[in-house]
Amino acid sequence: MSLKPKHQRLALVAAAAVAVLAAVLLAMLGLKDRAAYFYTPADIAAGKAAEGKAMRLGGMVAAGSIRRAGDGVTIGFTVTDGGARTPVTYRGIVPDLFREGSGVIAEGRMQNGTFVADNILAKHDERYMPPQLGNQAAEHQAGKTLQR
Amino acid sequence: MIAEAGLAALWLAAALSLLQLLLMAAELRGLVAAARMIRAVAVVQGVLALFAMAMLLLVFVRTDLSVALVAANSHAAKPFIYKLAGAWGNHEGSMLLWVTVLALSGALLALFSRALSERTLVAALGAQGALALGFYAFLLIASNPFARLDPAPAEGRGLNPLLQDPGLAFHPPTLYLGYVGLSVAFSLAVGALLTGDVGAALARAMRPWVLAAWIFLTLGITAGSYWAYYELGWGGWWFWDPVENASLMPWLAATALLHSVAVLAARGALRAWSMMLAVIAFSMSMVGTFLVRSGILTSVHSFAVDPSRGTFLLALLGLYVGAAFLLFALRTAALKEGPPFELVSRESGLVANNLLLSVILGVVFVGTLYPLFAEAATGEKLSVGAPYFNAVAGPLALLLAALVALGPLLSWRRERRPVPKRLAVPALIAASALAISFIAAPGIGILPRLGLVAAAWLAPASLLPLASRNPLRTPLATWGMVLAHFGIAVALTGMAADSAFTRETLAAARPGETLRAGPWLVELRGLSPAAGPNWTAVEAELRASRGDGVLVLKPQTRFFTAPPTETNEAAIETLWNGQLYAVLGKPDGTGRWQLRLWWKPFVTLIWFGGVLIALGGLLALFGRAWRSFRKRHFA
Repeated sequence: MSLKPKHQRLALVAAAAVAVLAAVLLAMLGLKDRAAYFYTPADIAAGKAAEGKAMRLGGMVAAGSIRRAGDGVTIGFTVTDGGARTPVTYRGIVPDLFREGSGVIAEGRMQNGTFVADNILAKHDERYMPPQLGNQAAEHQAGKTLQR
Repeated sequence: MIAEAGLAALWLAAALSLLQLLLMAAELRGLVAAARMIRAVAVVQGVLALFAMAMLLLVFVRTDLSVALVAANSHAAKPFIYKLAGAWGNHEGSMLLWVTVLALSGALLALFSRALSERTLVAALGAQGALALGFYAFLLIASNPFARLDPAPAEGRGLNPLLQDPGLAFHPPTLYLGYVGLSVAFSLAVGALLTGDVGAALARAMRPWVLAAWIFLTLGITAGSYWAYYELGWGGWWFWDPVENASLMPWLAATALLHSVAVLAARGALRAWSMMLAVIAFSMSMVGTFLVRSGILTSVHSFAVDPSRGTFLLALLGLYVGAAFLLFALRTAALKEGPPFELVSRESGLVANNLLLSVILGVVFVGTLYPLFAEAATGEKLSVGAPYFNAVAGPLALLLAALVALGPLLSWRRERRPVPKRLAVPALIAASALAISFIAAPGIGILPRLGLVAAAWLAPASLLPLASRNPLRTPLATWGMVLAHFGIAVALTGMAADSAFTRETLAAARPGETLRAGPWLVELRGLSPAAGPNWTAVEAELRASRGDGVLVLKPQTRFFTAPPTETNEAAIETLWNGQLYAVLGKPDGTGRWQLRLWWKPFVTLIWFGGVLIALGGLLALFGRAWRSFRKRHFA
């Protein structure tokens, strides 16, 4: 099979178009059930988060809420956004800057009303604030100022 | 004075880059023959940028705290190497490094390009000047690295301890050489589109740049992956973090470009296609810079978020990419068609390679930017991680790896021989690998299993181009290709083995207790304090035994004083058949310490494969350079 140069160029353009379409289609199909939504305790209290679906939970670690389990590597704590509260369990080594009253983002899923975290995101830098949490902290701060 | 000298050099260099742009316009309108002058301007601009970078290094080495950047990122009590690395371990400094590499690339292009027509060279240097001008403006207006602080503080805030690592000293510069090296391919493509001079000569001028940038990107990604692996203490080697993707996307585009430029250089085909890829490759570099430097996506690399800088970079990105695409749309119809080829030919094989790489690039691109679009469109916040990328890009990458075996066996234009016959041995090995994997490890996932099979297929098949050839008379470039393709099989083996066979143990242990990690018995012997130049630490002593041998591992938790931070220093013991990886966690309050242990069979092959791939590129680069040198001087 031999093509004229002009037809060959058309074939190449068609192939490129198919590739772009395929990429977008594949990506959209893949994203449909694999994107992890970001929720706050208020969202979870409002019933937005489906059981067992991968998601991210963000907020502050509530004061006095960290408890250690007997195995020494599982902890439980409560994440709050000022109003609602979500209980979290995590099996692993928590990042360095994880402490009561500090911001946290946990990756995992809801199981029977508890958020089971696979991963607690590290805050690697004093200045590092995940953008999502940055907004939320700012809104929270603004709310507080208004109340006063 | 040092800082002011650096700033002055930047202003001058910016003016010269504007001059380059004007000279190009004059040349294209036929007003002057600007070739000699624009070469000189490009070289001087490169020297000035280098001078500015040197001044920044100097203020960091002297810890001149009256410079705001030094005060924010350095500290007198820091080892010398990290004072140097601190110069680019922050936003302003890393942008200056970026621009410096951009300007130096332009200077090297001006000095060493011989094969190009003068008009195309002038147009390319003009385009390179236009790129530099935008980034100088970004530095001078929105990110001045030389800004003064008055009064100067008594002590600096120090460098993020995670970044105080030999890996950091070389990881960003290596990646930048790759990112910005692609700017030359971009400028050459833009120049050639302007003059209509797209052909084999252009491809031969472009190839060493693409190859060199690709080698640096490969090394930078490999080193970055290993750095994240041992420094973060998470036991993983790739996290599909937006910033990792930002380095992967230009690499995918550059890999495709490397192969299409080969077609253009050898056969004069795939003209418009290669120009498009050259534009896309550097666009991906700029997208990466935008993602990292704007801090717009949640990432372990995010620095302070500054919306005005993000907007500036986005405007630059839109301007350059938009202009290049517009030019492409206007000029591509006027390009001559290349010579035809048949459906079964080396050209078609390379087109298939390009298409698959483009689809993978598209999938990674959409996944990386989807959170931005989704938030802008619906206000929903979300993140896209490993589950998406592994499920969608993984199978495509495996298909590509399987096809890599075929391409080099095809001949140009038209393949007449029955190729499958030559692949009998690899097919047999792959089938055996599949059977063995089902018998020896029935429980492993489908992707790792296919990965092992694809590696077993590709490793022998990648050597076939050497069969029935005299090894001494085989060109270096062919050896390079074989080595790089073999490296893919090696890296794939490491990735598949890591995800199929890793054993993890997480537990709290008292001194004297023994834990099991895969085939290893690991005893916690005790804990002791340790100290370094700017940190103190708790160090655990672990004795790992497996039958005959005994290993000692000493993971630490380090406490840095400036800035006050804690880091985990993993202990990693490398054996021929894998790595034993130990992380010391926190005390649990009852005398036990958290320990996380991994036994990772053959994980080192991932980075070894990456190095082989880069080495293959290096052989090809030297092989071609030597050949053209010999032609010029001895022919």
